[in-house]
Order: sequence, then C-alpha cells, then structure tokens
Amino acid sequence: MPESPGTATARPDGAEPATFDAIVVGAGPAGSAAALALARAGRSVVMVERGPFPGSKNVYGGVVYGRVLDDILPDWWDEVPVERWVVRRSTMMVTGSQSLSVDYRSEAWGKAPFNGMTTLRSHFDSWLAAKATDSGARLITSTVATGLVRDEAGRVVGVHTDREGGDIRAHVVIACDGVNSLLAKEAGLLPRAEASHYTLGVKEVLALPREVIDDRFGVRGHEGVDIEMLGCTRGIPGGGFLYTNADSVSVGVVVSLPHLADAKVRPEELIADLKEHPSIAPYLRGSTLREYAAHLIPEGGYDTMPALAADGMVVCGDAAAMTLAAGLWLEGVNFAIGSGYAAGQAVDRALAAGDYSASGLGSYRAALEEQFVLADHKRLRKAPSLVLSDRVQHRYPGLLCDLAEGMFTVTNPTPKPGGLRITRTAAAKHGVKLRQLAADTVRGLRIFG
Amino acid sequence: MNQPEPTGADETVRWRGVSFEDRMASVDFRVGARAHISVDSDVCRSCTTRACVTACPANLFAPTSDGGILFNYEECFECGTCYMVCDQDGAITWTYPDGGQGVVFHHG
Repeated sequence: MPESPGTATARPDGAEPATFDAIVVGAGPAGSAAALALARAGRSVVMVERGPFPGSKNVYGGVVYGRVLDDILPDWWDEVPVERWVVRRSTMMVTGSQSLSVDYRSEAWGKAPFNGMTTLRSHFDSWLAAKATDSGARLITSTVATGLVRDEAGRVVGVHTDREGGDIRAHVVIACDGVNSLLAKEAGLLPRAEASHYTLGVKEVLALPREVIDDRFGVRGHEGVDIEMLGCTRGIPGGGFLYTNADSVSVGVVVSLPHLADAKVRPEELIADLKEHPSIAPYLRGSTLREYAAHLIPEGGYDTMPALAADGMVVCGDAAAMTLAAGLWLEGVNFAIGSGYAAGQAVDRALAAGDYSASGLGSYRAALEEQFVLADHKRLRKAPSLVLSDRVQHRYPGLLCDLAEGMFTVTNPTPKPGGLRITRTAAAKHGVKLRQLAADTVRGLRIFG
Repeated sequence: MNQPEPTGADETVRWRGVSFEDRMASVDFRVGARAHISVDSDVCRSCTTRACVTACPANLFAPTSDGGILFNYEECFECGTCYMVCDQDGAITWTYPDGGQGVVFHHG
C-alpha cells in the first residue's frame, strides 16, 4: 500500500512514474464502484468522466436492483436518490388489440431492504461517484480519455486525454467507458462493430402529476411500477417498457440493431406505436414530453464478452458487455456495480503483488466467476437466442393472447370449447405446433429453471 | 416543446403528432465546435442499404441529391448506432465530443 493516497509507487524499471495507482475511465456505476473499492483500500485513484457530471451520458431502462449494494454500502436505501420503489412488476404480451399480463405485486418490495427502484441516472450515478470521492478518489469531469498510453513493451500505463498536456499515468487503467468502449477496442479486446450483439433503446420521459401516476398505476407515496411488453415492436426482435418515476413516467422500446436497420423503421415510430396501444395509452393520457433519449445496450451475453484483462488494464460493466437481457432478467446497473467493485479489489491485489500483467490481474475474472456477475451470465448464456427467437418474438405473444381470449370469453348458449381445443386452435392460427410449444417450454425451463 | 394537451376522440392522433423538432428540443445538447463524427460521402455513394438514415435515433443522416450522405453532428446522442449498422469500411469516423460537450441527459 502506498504511503498516502495520491502518490503512487515508482516503477521499478525506472520508466516515467505513475501518477496514480489506477485510472478509472468513466464515472458510471462500474467506474464509481471500482474507484470506491480502490479508495477504501488506500490506493490513489482518479475517475475520468467525459460528461459534465456523472450520469450525464447514461440511460437505463427500468429498474436498478439494489442487492449488490448491501455489502458495499450498508443501509444504502436510506440515502439513495430513488424516484420510486418498484412494488409491481408486470410482464405483458401484446398484439395490436390484445394484451395478457403476468402482474406481480409485493408489499415487501416497498420496505427495506427493498428489491428494486426507479431512479434518474443523473442523480444515481452522481450519488455513487460521490461515495467514491468521499472515500478519497478523485473525479475529473468534462474530460475524454482519448486513447491508451503504453510503454515500450506494449503494456497499458495510462490514458491520453483531451486536456492540454493531458496524459495521465497509472499502474492500471480500469475501462468503465460504456457500451462503445473505445478503450477496450483500442486494446483489441472488443471488435469495432458487431451489431448483432447490440440493441438500441429509445425512451421518452413523460411528465405527469404525481397523484395521476398514483391513481393510474394503483400505487401511493414512494411505490412504483415496472411494466415490460413483448410483441409491440413490429416484429423487430426486442420489447417495450413503461415505468414510473416520481412525477414522470418513462416509456420506450429496446430493439435488435441489425433488425431495426433491415426493417427501415425509425426508432421513435416504435415508441409512438407503443404509446397508442390500448393497454398503454390510458396510462399516458395528457402527459408531456420532458426528455427523449437513446442509448445502445450490449445484449450478446456471456458468449460475446471480451477478455476482461490486458497487461495494465481491466474492463468492467457495459464495456465488457455485462448487461443481462434474458427475458425476465433485465439487469445492467447491478452488474456494472458488481464488476466494478470486483475490479477495484482485484487491482488492489495486483498492486500489492506488484504484478499488473494480464495474469496478475486475473483474479478479477476469477472473482466474477464466483459471484453473480459471471455466474448469472453463464447460467443464462443461451437465453438471448431463445428470447430473440422467431417463435418467442412473433408467435407466442399472439398465441397466448388468443389462448386467454378463448379461456375467458363466455360463449353460452353456444358450448365453450375445452382447453386443449382452444390451445390447438390458437397454436394453429399462429403457425406453432404443439410439440414446438412443448420443446420451447422445456428449453425455457432448462435455461431459466 | 410540450405535446399538445390531448382532447376527445383524436387524442392518439395528436400524441403521434409530436414533431421531430419538438422531440429533439427536449434534449440538452452542449454543442462543441468540432464535429465528432464525420462521414465520407464518396464511400456512401456506393452504399445501397443506407442503414444509418433510418436507424439513427436523432435522424442526423440526410441523403443528398448527388447520392451522398450529409451528417449533422450537433444533436447527436453519441449512441453508436450509425457505425454499428454501417457495413461500408471507412464511411463513418466516430469519436466522442470533447469533454463536457455533446448530449447531457438529465432524466436518463
């Protein structure tokens, strides 16, 4: 451990000394968690953030799940900048004129330790970054890390920035620079463009009075709702979402990038469709647009993740494709925090050992394999292909809606067909064989069970 | 920038009626002097897919009468959609805006 934070140890080979033990690029959830872990270990660490404040470049799609914070920041729920605590989670399958929801509500989710929250990233990311700076990390905003500084052996020893005289040197660079991670690309860890591993999320934040949200969504006080929809994206693989903030609601879609491009549909048209859906429109009546946003999401899952370490560098969060988009699992911020904190701890170990090579940083990946971060991704590695499959995307929403219609429509005095006949009829109408339905059910149970 | 207050039967039509200009006016863009993305129209002339034109959520890629593409960097989300969907080598040069500039999300 160095004598005091802010002075890194000199390099044994006599090369230009490191100014910091570690540079964290990006003060999002991954970066702030990494900086927090290092600052707590007494290491000198600086976060370089390209936006004017943490969170200013960031967008998310519904819920931040807090369990990952329990160990890192005990009683985090007393101070986190929450919009609403999600007490209702609904998964809705839609056709143009129908919807079928699985709607779960829990009183427990509205009390400590809570399950998930809605928040605004400008608030949440700034709060988490302040935790790191309170512990001794430095934060430099409005500064772009434009490239990697390497030594003669090719090891990463810092970053170039767009500040005058702006090279910063450190023993380790922690790339938390988001979904487009230019640093992971420069290091050769990520391909420059592989559209099929990415989705585009577009979102409208719509202002509505707090009491109107309470009444329409059936909640009170700090209670909130998260609804996800399948079948609402004109056949483009993806889905929709609607969730409540304190005095606004956020509505949007997430769609496969290459399929969106092939369909020649403008993204905002898909939001407009969703807002007009008869099951969604009543929630939004009279709302006004507060902010429109767009962001990419790395959804390729475990099999598309880059190598997580190079000599003098590790990669975390979205930069390492760590969002989990697997049907009922729609998570990202928690994986960013988990990976960032583990990276900070691993870099601390590497600093203690004086070995910043890829293998010296190897305890980062080993830690993630043991934790939920990679364990969940590995377990659900086949989920993206099932969730984005033709039947799940194009046939099952309508099939299930017709099944519900058949079950719930009262036909008397005409005799009502039995459940098996209703199922056969609905399956035939949507071009699904019963054995395919059975096979996908088994496949789903294998992946998610 | 606000959508019109919907009334009566035509409300869904009027919701859809939010203009693209009003949509983009809801976003805080701190425009820098440097164009952070550049497009090589000579490459674009041979492109038949033009995926960027419809996929860009900010609608910044405008086809020109001579078969090229005109790119306006000022209201860019910096999302990366354009270079990801582009299948023409060298057509799009993509960097981030300078520090503190570009899109600033307040409700992301």
